[in-house]
Amino acid sequence: MTHKKTKIYMGCMLALVSVFGLYNFTIYADDDAQYKTPLSEKALHGQALWQQNNCFSCHQLYGLGGYLGPDLTNVFSAENKGPEYIKAFLNSGVKTMPKFRFSEAEKEALTTFLKEVDASGYYPNYNATITPDGWVTIEYKNEKSQE
Amino acid sequence: MNTIRNKTSILFIATALLALLLGMIFGILSGLQYILPEFIKEILPFNSLRPFHVTSVIAWIILCAVGGIYYYLPNSEALRLYSARLLQIHYFLFLIIGLAVYYSYFTGDFGGKEYLEFPPYLMLPILFGWLLFGINYYKTMVGKIRNWPVYYWMWGTGIIFMTYHLSEAYLWLHPEIKNNFIKSLAIQWKAGGSFVGSWNMLVYGTAIYLMAKIKGDDSIGRNRKSFFFYFLGLTNLMFGWAHHIYIVPTAPWVRYVAYGISMTEWIILFHMLYEWKKSLPEETKIKNLLPYKFLVMADVWVFLNLILALLFSIPAINFFTHGTHITVAHSMGTTIGINTTILLASVLYIITKNKPDINLSFISKGFRIFNVSLLLFWLCLLAAGVKRSHWMYFTKGIPFSEMQSQSHWIYVAFLLFGTGIFIGLLVITLPVLKTIITTYNLKGINENEHP
Repeated sequence: MTHKKTKIYMGCMLALVSVFGLYNFTIYADDDAQYKTPLSEKALHGQALWQQNNCFSCHQLYGLGGYLGPDLTNVFSAENKGPEYIKAFLNSGVKTMPKFRFSEAEKEALTTFLKEVDASGYYPNYNATITPDGWVTIEYKNEKSQE
Repeated sequence: MNTIRNKTSILFIATALLALLLGMIFGILSGLQYILPEFIKEILPFNSLRPFHVTSVIAWIILCAVGGIYYYLPNSEALRLYSARLLQIHYFLFLIIGLAVYYSYFTGDFGGKEYLEFPPYLMLPILFGWLLFGINYYKTMVGKIRNWPVYYWMWGTGIIFMTYHLSEAYLWLHPEIKNNFIKSLAIQWKAGGSFVGSWNMLVYGTAIYLMAKIKGDDSIGRNRKSFFFYFLGLTNLMFGWAHHIYIVPTAPWVRYVAYGISMTEWIILFHMLYEWKKSLPEETKIKNLLPYKFLVMADVWVFLNLILALLFSIPAINFFTHGTHITVAHSMGTTIGINTTILLASVLYIITKNKPDINLSFISKGFRIFNVSLLLFWLCLLAAGVKRSHWMYFTKGIPFSEMQSQSHWIYVAFLLFGTGIFIGLLVITLPVLKTIITTYNLKGINENEHP
């Protein structure tokens, strides 16, 4: 016979897992156009190259990745940087950066990927607002302000 | 002397210790590239070294936790393991996958996302291994033990959630998710945050198990309070992950939930303070046991890292710490300070049960070197994080390379103390590995091996 306490714990587990299931479904199926950041075919190719060459071992996007190199979230639109700057760096092998041999088409794909990442938001989010309850209201790109 | 049932469980542990040492060597080589950028760059560039380091350390945590669970079930609990054959298949499967992952990193054949950089198809046999572990665990336990103590719940849910979240980490292969950059990034961090929570279930379950066995107090694993904290931890595993991506432009409700859930960890912090005060007059006999000392030290690391985690789970603080080495300090503090210390306690508990005359004074010295080095290493990371945050938010026009150059001496100290951690771990693990190898050769060790 199952102990009374075990039954209670199993009930708690069932309740928690049910909420978790609903929560996961909402996240996976979420299709809110306001937060959608679709990638073009060329950018998807760039994203695949980014992963195949493990670029995030040194670089970050939205501060996520390794810290040996700079964050590249907004490198496309940054002052004095942009597409030519990105392309010049890709095969440079400067400092710790491996000496890659990207073709022109691959450089273009990676640059397009970074362009579309750039269009998805800001990092660092300098215009974010910090409220007294500890919350941070971030600035969304293209007037996609929230709250 | 006890005989060891399921020698494969000891193989898991020995392999885990080797992975730990390899992970430390890769870590030191990575640290060297921070201060000498051209160092072995042609043979092992940083984009290979980092996954070598991270995967080896994750392998240490998982293999040691899994090996411990396989060991405890038949040896301490006198349960008959459902299938020794499944256990062996599990071990050799993980060993072969590990070698395949190393090969892929060495040849630069990546394709996965951060922390799971190997080609995605290698995840299939890994998931199969977890399935085998799950079958063996539940078939061994269900119906054999009534009213499970909390550590059995933790191990059981750890296995299920690990399998689930490792699968979830590959949802990006679905075109609908891959084509939506922010959604893909969010799910990647959801899976990553939660599979760390899942292995924590295995490791913290081991810590409670050990504490109950060392103190001979079964109530530790059965009282209501233990279950309350188990469910609190599980809730954080499920819903707390989004504090990793507060700054990513996802729908705000995801971040609200994470903020609310993460703040429940204050309860754990206050409870720890309360319990410490209560547990001061502990029996000296227990206090002097080395595995117990390791567990107490793990508590200190839990305390330090919990404070750090709680602070940067507040979005206003996270805003400044995100994307800096302060996050690394937390992950190093938890994987090395908490997980590694608990798992070493588990290894020492097993070893001293089988070979009580092992020389522990040498290991104690290693433990001191390890902890002092880790504390200084942790402080270096915090300093590097503060420096980077200051550069990001309070300076203008200083190029990234100049900021890195200004941080040079912090990185030198970071490498020095990282090497100290390695030396400490070497002093702890070498006698243990030697004992395992010697004990293996003892006649009769397989006498109680299950069919």
